[in-house]
Amino acid sequence: MSGHSEPFITKYLFSHDHKMISRQFLITGTIMAFIGMIMSLLFRLQLAWPGESFSILNVFLGDKWAPGGVLDPNMYLALVTIHGTIMVFFLLTAGLSGTFANLLIPLQIGARDMASGFLNMLSYWFFFGSSVVMIASLFVESGPAAGGWTVYPPLSAVPEAMPGSGAGMTLWLVSMSLFIISSLLGGLNYIVTIINLRTKGMNMTRLPLTVWALFVTAIIGVLSFPVLFAAALLLIFDRSFGTSFYLSDIYIAGEALDRTGGSPLLYHHLFWFLGHPEVYIIILPAFGIASEVISCNARKPIFGYRAMIGSILAIGFLSFIVWGHHMYVSGMNPFIGSVFVFTTLLIAIPSAVKAFNYLTTLWKGSIRFTPAMMFAIAMVSTFITGGVTGIILADAALDINLHDTYFVVAHFHIVMGLSAVMAMFAGVYHWFPKMWGRMLNKKLGYLHFWITFICAYGVFFPQHFQGLAGVPRRYYTYSEFPLFDGLQDISILVTLFAIVGGLAQFIFAFNFVYSMFRGPRAPQNPWGANSLEWTTPVEHIHGNWVGDLPVVHRWAYDYSKPGKEHDFVPQTVPLEEGEVDGEGH
Amino acid sequence: MASFLIFLVIVLGIAAIVQVIRVFEISNFLQGEDGISVSPRETNSLRISLVLFVAGFFAFFIYLWVAYKQYFLPESASEHGAAIDTLLNFNFLIITIVFVITHILLAYFSYRYANTVSPKATFVTHNNKLELIWTSAPAVVLAIIIIYGLTTWNSAMLDTPDDSINIELYARQFDWTARYAGEDNVLGKSNYLMISATNPLGIINETKLKERLSEMDAEAAELEASRAEVYPGGKTDMEILDKIALKKKQKGRLEQMYAQGENEDYSVADDDILTKVEFHIPVGKPVNFQIRSQDVIHSAFMPHFRAQMNAVPGMITNFYFTPIITTDEMRKKVGDPNFNYLLLCNKICGTAHYNMQMNIIVESEADYQKWLSEQKKFFVAGTN
Repeated sequence: MSGHSEPFITKYLFSHDHKMISRQFLITGTIMAFIGMIMSLLFRLQLAWPGESFSILNVFLGDKWAPGGVLDPNMYLALVTIHGTIMVFFLLTAGLSGTFANLLIPLQIGARDMASGFLNMLSYWFFFGSSVVMIASLFVESGPAAGGWTVYPPLSAVPEAMPGSGAGMTLWLVSMSLFIISSLLGGLNYIVTIINLRTKGMNMTRLPLTVWALFVTAIIGVLSFPVLFAAALLLIFDRSFGTSFYLSDIYIAGEALDRTGGSPLLYHHLFWFLGHPEVYIIILPAFGIASEVISCNARKPIFGYRAMIGSILAIGFLSFIVWGHHMYVSGMNPFIGSVFVFTTLLIAIPSAVKAFNYLTTLWKGSIRFTPAMMFAIAMVSTFITGGVTGIILADAALDINLHDTYFVVAHFHIVMGLSAVMAMFAGVYHWFPKMWGRMLNKKLGYLHFWITFICAYGVFFPQHFQGLAGVPRRYYTYSEFPLFDGLQDISILVTLFAIVGGLAQFIFAFNFVYSMFRGPRAPQNPWGANSLEWTTPVEHIHGNWVGDLPVVHRWAYDYSKPGKEHDFVPQTVPLEEGEVDGEGH
Repeated sequence: MASFLIFLVIVLGIAAIVQVIRVFEISNFLQGEDGISVSPRETNSLRISLVLFVAGFFAFFIYLWVAYKQYFLPESASEHGAAIDTLLNFNFLIITIVFVITHILLAYFSYRYANTVSPKATFVTHNNKLELIWTSAPAVVLAIIIIYGLTTWNSAMLDTPDDSINIELYARQFDWTARYAGEDNVLGKSNYLMISATNPLGIINETKLKERLSEMDAEAAELEASRAEVYPGGKTDMEILDKIALKKKQKGRLEQMYAQGENEDYSVADDDILTKVEFHIPVGKPVNFQIRSQDVIHSAFMPHFRAQMNAVPGMITNFYFTPIITTDEMRKKVGDPNFNYLLLCNKICGTAHYNMQMNIIVESEADYQKWLSEQKKFFVAGTN
């Protein structure tokens, strides 16, 4: 409890305290997100006005990669690649899970800290190291990795294949290896903490849905990230030690390589064995946050609590047997494709249940439109809009023509990217008072929300229509194809929305930094919420609670319960005579 | 100048935000704003805005549909593609209904149950009947989608007809080559070690194989000679030695292949025909594309035929379809005399990935035969 006398280094840098580590994850993740976002704006300029000169490109990329302000095709591919890597892993995996798992798991289950504060600290510093290496790879002479965020070999394995497959690719692999270690250390810690350190009365059936979601996320991560690690390791072997795991019969740059017997499809399988669960690693915490924020601000219990847990578990399980839907036209046996069609479409059922439960939570509620609630409502919208197009892409027959077109880009950006980002904003606006002890400016929050939400759809929704016209993704320019000329307007529209939406994020950044220091002081329980994190003092202390740990008597969703004085009943309030807990109503 | 302007914009932007914040601060102070409570005025404007947003979203959807429908791919030029298009329309119908209904509910609930008009929430935790309905309804709909989808997929992908014309699509950074099997409809064997300046696809016939073996000797000798110009035992020298060793090893592998395949009929390659820039196929006949790659993964994407398959180094993938609309007919249908069916690369493959295309000409059987007979056989057209 001696927070103030602690030296700077152990308090702010090498802290074992989960609340500090959570803030470290949030800030690092946000900085990475801004880098990833600026990259997307740079390549969007080229897509909207191909071959035009922009001095801003020259400012950022220099004469080598943007001579005369015109983007170099290799740098275009590099920007696309690193944008994807940063957004998927650094923002939406580490930034989202790292922040909210660290903040909420101990606080919501009533624990003094994570099971191992030391491993938790290591997890952050591996992530930090990984971020540094990824950023460093941008400054390599031959350019950063540029084979797409999936880095399929042989393109990524053979340095002769493209400039980005040289030192940049090596650093990409080093960075990802560090990232995986970070993710495993974090994930194991989250699982152990949730299983062992729940306070008295905090049964699994009383856990807030955030904790359930983060729990299943951690399990998925621990089971699937090692497979990516194996894939990366074999790729390192192929690149540096002359093995042929993924390589066979390659003639490149005038030479027949001495590699036989490997298969690029092996990499596909290993990569997507992580790659698909990965999108659920991203979206499950978003579900958890949305459940919490929607229930609290609708002043109504989350509808179908048990069904929500069931859906999270079902999605977690199914996420492991759907990876082949990324490979319908990869050369994999079409019959295996049929099996993946079946499993992939099954996952739509628990997803639909979740969407309906969110809607029904709003029904007959008494909604308070805080900025967090606005973002949570936006998350429900983007999850549905992006989710339904998944039904089309899951159908192998339809994927034949839509695979790797803008339809896919639109689908995954909306369902996974936007939904997770919207939920992350909801989480930040909701728990900012818990993290920093101050309130964010609400009006700036609304401003940020509306510009972001409108621009988000403005950017990604039109891309469906490009996809239906057969426009392939990852093309530097479409000017070689008169067929696509009529769609150039869409590219321009998308870029304009992207620029405005991008600028709006600076409103958020400003609000964030400003409120950290000068926002109004937060009361202990600003939102009238039930869960345990709001019973801790506003000023952070080691061990979270002064005196004994709280004892839990009820689930976290007793909002507007009949016969109660307030419209919320914290989990620490004992049940009255004859009062029924949870769903048993 | 431009950099200065950008700098100016950034400075002005920051100044503007600072001013905005100060105004907010003052107004917050005056109104007792605490960052927590949402005023009834704010709530009402937000619930109305959400309804307007959803209405605007629908309008945007309809606008995009109306404005860009003309650029969607025209009707499928292949037989299986027509079935795919019907399936796509069916799925679109379902998801559009779901999308519209859920968004109307989202807007309506936000509007109707805002705390200004619904001051007290009803304590409802679950409803088994309702949940059963919305679990089983999607399950039934998805079962239909799965069965319908798999039927279409299986008929498109499984069982290539025996009477198909065999054509190879060969990808490399950054162009395509089409290879016709000739009169025997059998494509000649190939091996990546056979690739040379005069044999870009590495096709094998008896003469070419022997030629390649002696060529490899010559290449090794040339490497050996180049050693005279480098410091003996130095790094470059060691690299050259490695290359010589590899050349010998690869020659050995070719010889071994030749020795093991004594019953192999390499003459099937003799009538193979190679084309670049464009290739022709006859209308109404199944075409079986055997797809190969020289270097990295590419993808043979023929959007007008609803056809796509990756080209993977080290393996042969395939895709077959039956074209049903000739290029001329399609030009009339889309009203563009310059229209051409396209083959594109649709898997990121390096610097010039964005420009790797071939035109596909679909024509009558007679025109196709005429065109084919005008093409030179590769082993006649080539250097030998």
